[in-house]
Amino acid sequence: MSLLSRPARAALVAGGMGLALVVTGCGSATPGTSTANGGAAADCAPFAQFGKHDGKKVSIYSPIRDVEADLFQQAWAPFEKCTGMKITYEGTGEFEAQIQVRSDGGNPPDLAFFPQPGLLERFARAGKIKSAPAEVKKLAERNWSPDWVKYGTVDGAFYAAPLGASVKSFVWYSPGMFKEKGWSVPTTWDELMKLSETIAAAGIKPWCAGIESGEATGWPATDWIEDVLLRELGPEGYDDWVAHEIPFNDPKVVAAVDKVGAILKNDKFVNGGYGPVKSIATTAFQEGGVPITEGRCALHRQASFYANFWPEGTEVAEDGDVFAFYLPGNDPAEKPVLGAGEFVAAFADRPEVQAVQAYLATGDFANARMKLATYVSANKGVDIANAQNPIDELSIKMLQDPDTVFRFDGSDLMPAAVGAGTFWKGMTDWINGKDTKTVLDFVESSWPTS
Amino acid sequence: MTTVPSTVTVVRPGAAGAARRVRRSLTSRTASAVAIVIAVLWTTPTFGLFLSSLRPEDQIKGTGWWTFFSAPELTLENYREVLFSTSSSSGQMAGFLINSIVITVPSVLFPLAFAAFAAYALAWVPFRGRNWVYIGIFALQVVPLQMALVPLLSFFSEGVSVFGVQITPAWELEGPARFAQVWFAHTCFALPLGVFLLHNFMSELPGELMEAARVDGATHGVIFRRLVLPLVVPALATFGIFQFLWVWNDLLVGLIFAGGTSETAPMTVRLAQMAGTKGNEWQRLTAGAFVSVTVPLIVFLSMQRYFVRGLLAGSVKG
Repeated sequence: MSLLSRPARAALVAGGMGLALVVTGCGSATPGTSTANGGAAADCAPFAQFGKHDGKKVSIYSPIRDVEADLFQQAWAPFEKCTGMKITYEGTGEFEAQIQVRSDGGNPPDLAFFPQPGLLERFARAGKIKSAPAEVKKLAERNWSPDWVKYGTVDGAFYAAPLGASVKSFVWYSPGMFKEKGWSVPTTWDELMKLSETIAAAGIKPWCAGIESGEATGWPATDWIEDVLLRELGPEGYDDWVAHEIPFNDPKVVAAVDKVGAILKNDKFVNGGYGPVKSIATTAFQEGGVPITEGRCALHRQASFYANFWPEGTEVAEDGDVFAFYLPGNDPAEKPVLGAGEFVAAFADRPEVQAVQAYLATGDFANARMKLATYVSANKGVDIANAQNPIDELSIKMLQDPDTVFRFDGSDLMPAAVGAGTFWKGMTDWINGKDTKTVLDFVESSWPTS
Repeated sequence: MTTVPSTVTVVRPGAAGAARRVRRSLTSRTASAVAIVIAVLWTTPTFGLFLSSLRPEDQIKGTGWWTFFSAPELTLENYREVLFSTSSSSGQMAGFLINSIVITVPSVLFPLAFAAFAAYALAWVPFRGRNWVYIGIFALQVVPLQMALVPLLSFFSEGVSVFGVQITPAWELEGPARFAQVWFAHTCFALPLGVFLLHNFMSELPGELMEAARVDGATHGVIFRRLVLPLVVPALATFGIFQFLWVWNDLLVGLIFAGGTSETAPMTVRLAQMAGTKGNEWQRLTAGAFVSVTVPLIVFLSMQRYFVRGLLAGSVKG
């Protein structure tokens, strides 16, 4: 029996392998075939400017993976086909550590999507990445606001054009709940606080929040602080704070953090649907705003990408189940926007790499990507009609507005020891009961001296 | 030749009595009860993971696995998505499973072969300085492999050059050829422990055996193949299982030397990416974890016998 069963088992395994190979074969073929529906030669006209690169390969390394990665590949598939090159895309969850190892080991990708201008700066200073060709620089200056271009520039040389973006200065709410109770969207900080009081008086805890995110626990709280600091210190003051020209425990910073504390550390105001203040630290950020859909919380400050985290069937629209408004500051006339995004930096300067770099900086690519599914870019060439949902539309409107002052998420600009370390940890301690001054002193003392 | 093993085991008189006592106390009823309790405690999380992998997505995200008992609802959807989904976003694990096998099998066989040769030479071929070589290899175990990642990576991508003189060329491997890098890396990292383990085992073999064989005219090749190898099978099996589990579960070496593309990346790399860019698709992880655990489980269960026997290799004299 055992003699018989052995070959049978082997056959089964071999069959399984064959099946698996077929599956992978299909998988890699999909992006190519799915885009072939538009027809061939006629569509290639827009790509003529990027030249022909038959048989050339370009590798891209990026922190974006999963569905978003598929969509990227779909978006540039026509470009690949028309220019004849092949783009190998690799997404990773350990981008920050891996890119360093690969570049040190002499095995860097051709292009990398840096989510942190701070990291980009380090690579530029170390001479690891190539400065962008003139054509890409021209495209970037035409398509992005000077604020954005500045984040891709190191010591006067332009390195990386921006790619996607997310807007962080949003407060999520339920339009239905607001209408029913007669509340209106606040346009100043005072109105926001007054609204919070009103909601609390109505018996609902107005705010809900969650800052648990595995190793990165605390980051949503740092976004809160940054957003308020940007309003309190103004864009220039914010830049000084990020560059550590204002110390972390400066009285002005303490005041701003306490302003956030008036909401996040106020048992009357939080944590709607979850419990007391301390429950913020143990609630996953993905679930932080969910009580809004259950009517147990009214307000949740989180970035535009939170649109993906609502329970299935939640309609995100101005007259839908949930929507977001701009987190107001003291003066309704000034609307600085806190956000984040990726930057496309090149480790190689071969013509095909530069062609991809240029294509990614065009409005055409951003539009192609946006037509597929939810996507936000600060690219001015983006046609707002392509926005897939109202929140993307609102984000793009904010980013494209020439009066908008944009500032990048500060923790992505600071040295990693602080921006991806003590700042997160400090804010978690702060939620757990430590006082503002102690926490800020701790973060200040951890700032690298060199 | 088949009678040889019996001559190897020499039981010391005192040890037998102690062993019997230990054996008796370990087979009592209380000991069995304790063992069962421990087994249940240890298995519960795994069982929970397994049950979770069979629950629908919204239930995984909403409630704990124990709620299954009050509201049973099972689905194979997670496994389907993880294994056979054609979108590269979720799963395709079947393809990565093959990659893992392609990486693991040579990464076990190469070090096994090299370590066996080296251990034999160090134990039974007399040459000057062999103790120093052995100590050197033993000392290499102290070096954490993380330290070697960047140098090894540049060894592959740029070759070695000293003062501008190129000594070894760059490998310049692309696509599936990059498997060779992973095999090479795993073999390097496994050799010190492998040589150490097998050397200890081989040096315990009685010298008379080798002398007798030599008198009969056997060369080192013959002694190694016909005498030593059959005798060290348990040690080989143990090291093989160790190495297999290590390579199969390895993320770091695979990620760095194979990269993250579906062409070469092992399953662990895929598993790490599977939760999505923002970690919101974690319902796939339970099923993914179970897929990745099946193969080691099969290997372990089928070779368990050697594993237990070989665990003592090098640690117990006698």
